[in-house]
Amino acid sequence: MMSMKFIERSSQVMAYVLLTVCACITLVPFIWLGFAALRNPEVYFDFQFIPRVRHVQMMAAPEDSELRKVWTAVLPSDGMEISAAAELVGADLVNRARNEHLIEYRNGKVAWDMMSLQYFRRLLSGNEFPFVRSFLNSVFYASVTAVFATLFCAMGGYALAKFEFKCRTLFTRIVLMALVIPGSLLLAPGYQLLFKLGLLDSYWGLILPGLAPAFGVFLFRQSMLNAVPTELMESARIDGCGEIRLFFEMILPMVRPMLGAFLLITFLGCWNNFIGPQIVLQTPSKFPLAVAIAQLKGIYSTEYGLLMAGTILSIAPVMALFLLLQKEFISGLTSGAVKG
Amino acid sequence: MSLSRTHPSWVPYFFIAPFLIIFSVFMVYPLLNSISLSAFQSYGPQFSTFVGLDNFKNVFQDPDFWTAVKNTLIYSCASVMIQLPLALGLAMLLNRPDVKAKGFFRLIFFSPALVGLVFVAILFGLLLGARDGLVNETLRHVIPGFPAEFFWLQRYVMPALILASLWIYVGFNMVYFLAALQSINRDQIEAAMIDGANALQRFVHVILPAIKPVAGFVVLLSIIGSLQLFELPFILLGGAGPENRGLTLVMYLYQNGFEQNDLGYASAIGWILAIFLMGIAIVHRRLTREEL
Repeated sequence: MMSMKFIERSSQVMAYVLLTVCACITLVPFIWLGFAALRNPEVYFDFQFIPRVRHVQMMAAPEDSELRKVWTAVLPSDGMEISAAAELVGADLVNRARNEHLIEYRNGKVAWDMMSLQYFRRLLSGNEFPFVRSFLNSVFYASVTAVFATLFCAMGGYALAKFEFKCRTLFTRIVLMALVIPGSLLLAPGYQLLFKLGLLDSYWGLILPGLAPAFGVFLFRQSMLNAVPTELMESARIDGCGEIRLFFEMILPMVRPMLGAFLLITFLGCWNNFIGPQIVLQTPSKFPLAVAIAQLKGIYSTEYGLLMAGTILSIAPVMALFLLLQKEFISGLTSGAVKG
Repeated sequence: MSLSRTHPSWVPYFFIAPFLIIFSVFMVYPLLNSISLSAFQSYGPQFSTFVGLDNFKNVFQDPDFWTAVKNTLIYSCASVMIQLPLALGLAMLLNRPDVKAKGFFRLIFFSPALVGLVFVAILFGLLLGARDGLVNETLRHVIPGFPAEFFWLQRYVMPALILASLWIYVGFNMVYFLAALQSINRDQIEAAMIDGANALQRFVHVILPAIKPVAGFVVLLSIIGSLQLFELPFILLGGAGPENRGLTLVMYLYQNGFEQNDLGYASAIGWILAIFLMGIAIVHRRLTREEL
């Protein structure tokens, strides 16, 4: 019995160890991203995470008379800071001495003065790059699309789930068929349509096509089939409740978790959408973050810190939103699959 | 299922109207239009000449198309065969009754799925840097003799894409598996344990049949998703990459439709992809239906 308990106990420990390792691997890129955005450019490549003060340590005596200068300069106080050594004999010489393994660097205390919010300030000041504008564009595009797509899908799903009418079966079939159409098939004809309607390079052209996702109607139809009792609708009508008030005041509250989940899914989808705005929009001041950041990569390809700060500011809002609505989001995501 | 019958006749039409109008204009019409569009060679949205089925013929004769097919299929296979077993394994670890803080771990594992692919691509572009990237730096510590420069984004494009996709999607798929595992009746597993079934037997005979519907759904979702890979290589490599090593089907469509401005040719590619995906969906449906 003892050994059984021991096996159970140790496999529990193993499970925790494995989970913790995987959790760390998942989190490391985020942490790395954070420090990359904070590190100053002078030390960006010297460290992966926190910048440290570096000291010079003597390894071997140099033959070369040039390099001997480093030796004599540093020797009196072994372990002097690298910046002090560079001041005495010049940074080039110190580097050369390091490359020839005459000295080595040793990491000391955390170099707080080598971390700053300069990249965030540069982005938010908007002098070089219209970051704030792009951020607001993303907020506008994602919230308008999410709110109206959720409303229209909930209305459509309600009609298909709860009403007997002529084309109900036909409409339901069309919605089901549309689920398997890949979005990329619509790129070329969709672009042509927006051209004909004069909606290219406008927010209408970006938002309108996103307001009627077939899978949203499908999800709301599924959840309303079970969650909304028909008798309740009929008794509300007898009490003199109008159809529109019935929908907003009784039906929608019944599918609240689904509303939250779908709102978040659509918001997230728009926020991260790249190919849509990339094709539809041409004016840089209209670009949402995903397109703007891709451009930032092209322009400031060597300013890694700036790029990383922009990435952080772009993913932070959806992370925050997710933390707030976590439960609804995951239950909405899996409801279709698990109930089948 | 009961349907309302006491409503005025306009009500269902009123509720479905906004969806139906937008759906018809922006989904049904372009879809039908793309059939005829695929028979034209065009330059931009205005100029086009009729070429019949030549677009399809040219697609199949273009070596770039086959490169894109090869790359996309490799990525797709890796998604199903590496990502999903890892996701299932992680879900099973997390589903152990003696593991606490499930919500905490689930939150961490799921979080990369929230990051848009553009942002993932930018992040991994630096993580996979040949000389100073964190990945190579770590590998240099772990593997003795690992080269000072390792060119993920030039030579090892597919492994780089797969690595990034693991970070994004393992946790995402784990959420589905975990939900399925949690809906299994614990008594069933305990009954199998009392009958003397070992861990492997329990997995094959109790757990796997119970999660089969969800597993089928997750497999389909990741095949369809991975076949539409675009943003990740497009941003990570700034295009198709050296020797088209990162060219995918949707990127091939994008290049032809929006860089060469041939919307007709792009429609033809779109239909080839769509028919392929529908084929997979039909096969998938057959397979899962037969098991029922």
